[in-house]
Amino acid sequence: MAKRSLEPFLWLLFSAGGVFAALLLPSLLFLFAIAVPLGWLAPPSYEHLLGVLRHPLTRTVLFFLCSLSLIHGAHRFRYTLYEGLRMQHLNEVIVPICYGGAIVGSLWAGYVLLYMR
Amino acid sequence: MSGPRTASDYHPRWYRPYISTYWWLERRSYFAFIMRELSSIFVAWGVIYLLLLIRAVSRGGGATRYQEFLAWSVNPVVLAINVVTLGFVVYHAITWFNLSPQAMVVRIRGKRVPPFWIIASNYLACIVISAAILWLVLGGGS
Repeated sequence: MAKRSLEPFLWLLFSAGGVFAALLLPSLLFLFAIAVPLGWLAPPSYEHLLGVLRHPLTRTVLFFLCSLSLIHGAHRFRYTLYEGLRMQHLNEVIVPICYGGAIVGSLWAGYVLLYMR
Repeated sequence: MSGPRTASDYHPRWYRPYISTYWWLERRSYFAFIMRELSSIFVAWGVIYLLLLIRAVSRGGGATRYQEFLAWSVNPVVLAINVVTLGFVVYHAITWFNLSPQAMVVRIRGKRVPPFWIIASNYLACIVISAAILWLVLGGGS
């Protein structure tokens, strides 16, 4: 019963994470995962990146990007297992692993973004 | 719901059509759907990758950890994973934007905004935000 009432809230977080992931992830990953490693763009200097990361607005946006995208991914992956691999009967295992992983990841994101030296 | 799942004189035969685990390979649209759903794994990896970068920059100890991260990001395996990841993340973004008119109905003065404009505004927002990120990261902001 309690699980059923939680479902709309999870879909809300799923949508919010989907928006964050769609708007921010392509450019960030293109930059830091493709363009800089392949040498298309010079890596930004350490001091500059640290300066950008120190700004509270950067950290806030990054925290919402990381946590909501992880919850989005967990929610969608849960339904991939249900529908794609037809694993509905493993619900009791799938739910804690998916959302647990997202929560652990969000806590890690909060820790990394909050405690900076 | 316990009890034997067999037909008897008092119970009709169960209608349970057999569906293969690989049902999504049967049609292109099914395959596209599962690929979109699988983007979830790559969205998660993208976030983890970014967090590793943020940690490398912000954990202190000067630029050493950042240089180590940059060296690691050139590793062919990491690079190959990241190319696939970017592909799936872009696929997620495109399918997400294109579905947005179904998710939100916008009305201006009682008239429904045509789906085209909702999709277009999503792409525009993505372009503006991407340009801002590039400008911020590549040194325009300092």
